[in-house]
Amino acid sequence: MASRGIKDRVAIIGMGCTKFGEHWDKGPEDLLVDAAYQAYESAGMQPEDVDAYWLGTMGSGVSGLTLSEPLKIQYKPVTRVENMCATGSEALRQACYAVASGAFDVAMAIGVEKLKDSGYSGLVMNGMPSDGTEGSMTAPASFSLLAPAYFKKYGLDPDKGKDVLTRIAWKNHKNGAKNPKAQFQKEVSLETIKNSPKIADPLGIMDCSGVSDGSAAAIVVRAEDAHKYCKNPIYMKALSFIAGPAEGPLSQDYDFTTFREVVATAKDAYAQAGITDPRKQISMAEVHDCFTPTELVLYEDLGFSPRGTAWQDVMDGFFDLEGTLPVNPDGGLKSFGHPIGASGLRMMYEMWLQMRGEAGPRQLKNPKVGLTHNLGGAPGRCVSFVSVVGSQLG
Amino acid sequence: MAGIVSYGSYVPYRRLKRAAIAAVLGTPAGKGERAIASFDEDSVSMAVEAARDALKASPGDVQALIFATTTPPYAEKLSAAVIGAATQLPMEIRATDLTGSVRAGMSALLQGADAVSGGAKRALVAIGDSRLAAPEGKAEQTTGDGAVAFVIGSENVIAEIEATASLTREFLDSWRAQGEQFSHSWEERFTLTQAHSPLLGTVIKNVLEKAKVAPGDLAKVILDAPNARAADEIARALKIDPTKFSDSFALTIGQTGAAHAGLMLTAALPSAKPGDRILVATVADGADAILFRVTAANAGFKPVHSVGRMIESKGDVTYANYLKWREILPTEPPRRPDPDRPAGPPMMRSEKWKFGFIGSRCTNCGTPQLPPQLVCVKCHKRGFMEPYQFADRTAKIATYAIDRLAYSLNPPTVNVVIDFDGGGRFLCEMTDCEPDKVAIGDEVEMTFRRLFTADGVKNYFWKARPRR
Repeated sequence: MASRGIKDRVAIIGMGCTKFGEHWDKGPEDLLVDAAYQAYESAGMQPEDVDAYWLGTMGSGVSGLTLSEPLKIQYKPVTRVENMCATGSEALRQACYAVASGAFDVAMAIGVEKLKDSGYSGLVMNGMPSDGTEGSMTAPASFSLLAPAYFKKYGLDPDKGKDVLTRIAWKNHKNGAKNPKAQFQKEVSLETIKNSPKIADPLGIMDCSGVSDGSAAAIVVRAEDAHKYCKNPIYMKALSFIAGPAEGPLSQDYDFTTFREVVATAKDAYAQAGITDPRKQISMAEVHDCFTPTELVLYEDLGFSPRGTAWQDVMDGFFDLEGTLPVNPDGGLKSFGHPIGASGLRMMYEMWLQMRGEAGPRQLKNPKVGLTHNLGGAPGRCVSFVSVVGSQLG
Repeated sequence: MAGIVSYGSYVPYRRLKRAAIAAVLGTPAGKGERAIASFDEDSVSMAVEAARDALKASPGDVQALIFATTTPPYAEKLSAAVIGAATQLPMEIRATDLTGSVRAGMSALLQGADAVSGGAKRALVAIGDSRLAAPEGKAEQTTGDGAVAFVIGSENVIAEIEATASLTREFLDSWRAQGEQFSHSWEERFTLTQAHSPLLGTVIKNVLEKAKVAPGDLAKVILDAPNARAADEIARALKIDPTKFSDSFALTIGQTGAAHAGLMLTAALPSAKPGDRILVATVADGADAILFRVTAANAGFKPVHSVGRMIESKGDVTYANYLKWREILPTEPPRRPDPDRPAGPPMMRSEKWKFGFIGSRCTNCGTPQLPPQLVCVKCHKRGFMEPYQFADRTAKIATYAIDRLAYSLNPPTVNVVIDFDGGGRFLCEMTDCEPDKVAIGDEVEMTFRRLFTADGVKNYFWKARPRR
């Protein structure tokens, strides 16, 4: 029994991503068709060249028909997957395994979410019939649980802590301002972020990711076939996914300054990819910055910063676009927006652009190894995904 | 002889200053303050709090349960069943709701005594009221919210019932038609002079004659009448020393409907001496009187929360918030979906958890956990769980969140992760608190509340509150 991974056995040879944001004039079908055709074109393929599809959406449709119907897919398998906010990454993981297994030559992973049609603020999930005892905490409130716990544990007074969170949002907006597909392409001042209206103290509206519509897609093939389709593919080094036992709300020994699921997925992914010092070996990362305290804690869980020091790295600019380890160069969930089912694939899209030198004004210098991290749920009760990708085999 | 074995009193945490009403409405400012059931409380949840205290002080052997209120949460559905489930009474009990008049509280005490005389080991009498009153009216000033509970039995009695008397008379005093929000009442001089005073005079005379007790032998008189002047008239007519009349809580709580006479009685009992005679009389659609004789066992009884402690433990509510809580002032709903109605089958499956706050404890590794688990969160073994009661345990805050986005009649919603003394962790709402004062390490205790109402279903569950 072991998690062996499929290092260097699968490559991405084409990707597509719609602009994220308020697409009042587009439904999920418009977004899916747009992202899928971008991916076909990027890979130089026709729709009939793809053998099987994995569709990720949390609530913008059920079953494979959500994709096969608008794309008029000609009698091929489409699997709909859902893993909360990690849905897009889950679709990619399944497509990669299908190709690695030899079951299919060419597979597409595609994710979509249409959030702006609900008329509600924030994210809304449909509940199962229940006994009415489960709380109705909103997502920002759930993640805000991290802030007082982290501040207290590491001796940050609330104002200093707020400055740290503010700088994370500021950095992501700064990066997103250089991204033509981002929902918010605008730098925002530290003062504006810090004083934004409170949503879940100490989080203001500017500590929250953008509620957004969008779709992203990737086409994967076996690594040995990659050059048949593409001059500069990117290679999957590691894929790790964990659904935790949800012990945070049950166990007194969980202290709300970490995601155990993330620590475990990072460990698994680094073992698969052969990474021993992530702070040095990872060239760039796209992480799940749903709310600013999440990104702060993730730096430590992913091994980018030693415990209790991520806040200093934030203030030092370590994770800035010009920093040693740029995190969320595309603006992240904060600025690019967070259409749930698409987000994991959007993270991979930035790896694709950066490693191929196509990231425009935010292009990093020759990134070799990238990491994407995608999370669903809440602190103490979540699913986590980590991938490692590289521009070279080996 | 049947009598009171145990009791519990409940006064909600929030107070509305009468001057705060005046400041908004531009009316003359009344003195003092009144108790306000919070946005997540009703007559049933408050009665549960009082009943928990009464049963904690003297548990077991309850075979009859009587709930009384003029403000039942449901027009059809037994509230006593909720109280029985929340206090973990066995299924094998007789349970009744009494309503329709503020005299329902005294009727419940009398029926509890009858049940014990009729062979029930012990009866639980729980009375709660949260009456709505129209803005600017007198009732808005004079009423208050609260609850009281008694265990009635024939052994270890602290105050035995020596005699009772009842009168029933049809006259127009207070009334509220089906579907009406507020009660109406007839002009005071008529009801005072033609109904309340004569009825009280007669019922008190009758009960004293039955017991062959002279008015001068009474140690305490608890008189609950809509008009405070009734007490003066009774004192004069029966030559009772006015200092023997108990405080009616007019300045601190207000008149708590069906619960009021009982609440006053629980305030009088702690200082009563063996042999003391306490007369309780109420008037509404007739009159009821009960004459109690305090026994030696009273000295050994200690209430979990005294009325005095409940009065002192308080925080203000603004008049605007009070109006919103009662939905007297309609507000724009948040841009969030309405909460889903809780479903019948899962509620029945999890009755012990939802209503009794019973979690589980792993007998393999000893770890308490909630909600009840199938596989242990600590040792990961299956099949070792036993029921474990969390409702009466205290806990400390591990971390918290102030949710300004969630649906609530009283935003922001405070959520806390709490660690129970003795083990077990839970994430729940915190109530009766000031959001900006919540801190890691604060001590909390559990309280039974109504989380929300959806499609008419009252969703009762537990919340944390600062220790009272």
